[in-house]
Amino acid sequence: MIPAGRQVAGEVCNECLVGLGVERIRQDFPALQVKVHGKPLVYLDNAATSQKPQVVIDRITRYYLSENSNIHRGVHFLSDLATQAYESTRDRLRQFLNAAHDREIIFTRGTTEGINLVAHSFGRSRVRAGDEIVISAMEHHSNIVPWQILCEEKGATLRVIPINDAGELLLEEYERLLCDRTRLVAVTYVSNALGTVNPVKPMIATAHRRGIPVLVDGAQAAPHLAVDVQDLDCDFYAFSGHKLYGPTGIGILYGKADLLESMPPYQGGGDMISAVTFERTLYNSLPYKFEAGTPHIAGVIGLGAAIEYVQRIGLPRIAAYEADLLAYGTELLSAIPGLRIIGTAREKASVLSFVLDGIHAHDTGTILDHEGIAIRAGHHCAMPVMKRFGVPATARASLAFYNTREELEALAKGLHKVIEVFA
Amino acid sequence: MSDLSDLYQQVILDHYKRPRNFRRLDEANRKAEGHNPLCGDEITVYLHLDGDVIKDISFEGAGCAISKASASMMTAALKGRTRGEAETLFEKFHEMVTGRRDGTADPAGLGKLEVFCGVSEFPVRVKCASLAWHTLRAALEGSGERVSTE
Ligand SMILES: Cc1ncc(COP(=O)(O)O)c(C=O)c1O
Repeated sequence: MIPAGRQVAGEVCNECLVGLGVERIRQDFPALQVKVHGKPLVYLDNAATSQKPQVVIDRITRYYLSENSNIHRGVHFLSDLATQAYESTRDRLRQFLNAAHDREIIFTRGTTEGINLVAHSFGRSRVRAGDEIVISAMEHHSNIVPWQILCEEKGATLRVIPINDAGELLLEEYERLLCDRTRLVAVTYVSNALGTVNPVKPMIATAHRRGIPVLVDGAQAAPHLAVDVQDLDCDFYAFSGHKLYGPTGIGILYGKADLLESMPPYQGGGDMISAVTFERTLYNSLPYKFEAGTPHIAGVIGLGAAIEYVQRIGLPRIAAYEADLLAYGTELLSAIPGLRIIGTAREKASVLSFVLDGIHAHDTGTILDHEGIAIRAGHHCAMPVMKRFGVPATARASLAFYNTREELEALAKGLHKVIEVFA
Repeated sequence: MSDLSDLYQQVILDHYKRPRNFRRLDEANRKAEGHNPLCGDEITVYLHLDGDVIKDISFEGAGCAISKASASMMTAALKGRTRGEAETLFEKFHEMVTGRRDGTADPAGLGKLEVFCGVSEFPVRVKCASLAWHTLRAALEGSGERVSTE
């Protein structure tokens, strides 16, 4: 239950507009108070998943305590309550993305499922032998493998937009890759391994001039950038709730209504039908056509609370605060001898990926963990990126608006300790 | 609380920085590749088996300090040993790093490999310590398959 007197940060005060009132905001996240190995947790693994504010935890608890029921199928009070909470979250998501219609918002398990839905439904019905799908060299495995599977099945070809040494897409190469065989461009907005923010809006315009639809992987963009899908004019946009301060197991696929209408269902089952006989089935209308079975109702409702929380603080303010943190972190890390930052794009968001001379990222991770500092060490589900930069793995600190300059100083101090151990 | 210096002992750091038997073995008649997808560690273990005896052993690859030192010390411990002895050592080593060693086990049998006992306090690093050993087993069995810690 919501403790009496607890306020949501965004309601607090105007001076938060100046700083972000970060100390106040940290109070909203119970997990940030945890001690690790006897030290205060410094959580810098936000690109993997973010912590959850109390309002999200409370909202999920309240659903299970007093609203739990299945949706769209009961005439009773609770079912109606749950259905309203579920559908009003869809509308909140529509506003969040500035989509034109609620029915363009499909609830999924996460980014991965959203992309698989498009690969399965759009891909299987539109892609033929000899066709091409264009992705980029900085994609997460979830925006590579579904297209590989599709291409293999259809005899189509995967084309990859190359990147430069800073981790930026080569846009002339991109233009050159597009041709009359290209059926789809699938590209990430923000790279989880490098932090690069890609110029997706002009890239979408370029593809559209040739009539090619574009899917944007918004997994890393959603927590950092205010997105307007109509302004971007993307055809599909997928993201995960858990990186946006919401629960795991819930995500969104936005798709333009006319495209979604023309696509076959992804999974069959309850809710996605309007009438079933053994001879044939009439599919339900959007968005239900793509939401077979009982969904993650608590997850949807929890995600709604997370978005409400984020909207109160405001993504532009979050982005401004994080940009300052990123600049400070970059400065601190650059001063560490033997440290090389991987991903130095001009447009970056909240990710500091790096390698230390002669020290494996995994060892860096273990030693930092001992200081209570949580980072990620590995290939970040982007093995082609590691290969491009000739490293087996990187250490990655990824920032959220509840991180502080002091935490970055702790990271720098921890890294000096790592170097000491290996000296 | 687990102590970092239990994990990163000087001997381990030394083997990481100056790995022993770190080369391709031209006379090898067995070899296997190992892979830890979690952290990207890759290793190839080469064996020159003479009947049941490991006449020579070496490795190549890239990895973290724990996996590289473990491979280095494994090769140093196994040269001249029999297959059976290697299997027994692996079992003891595995019990030690997974913290499942009971009081009756004979720690002395592990010799220098005892320095890895700190790994049991760091469960996520157990795979790093045992990658070389799993790869060795694959080489001994001659399965020729790429082993993975996943
Ligand atoms: C860029 C990017 N795309 C896709 C994903 C997959 O998200 P999920 O695992 O939540 O489906 C991630 C998550 O790490 C990501 O960073």
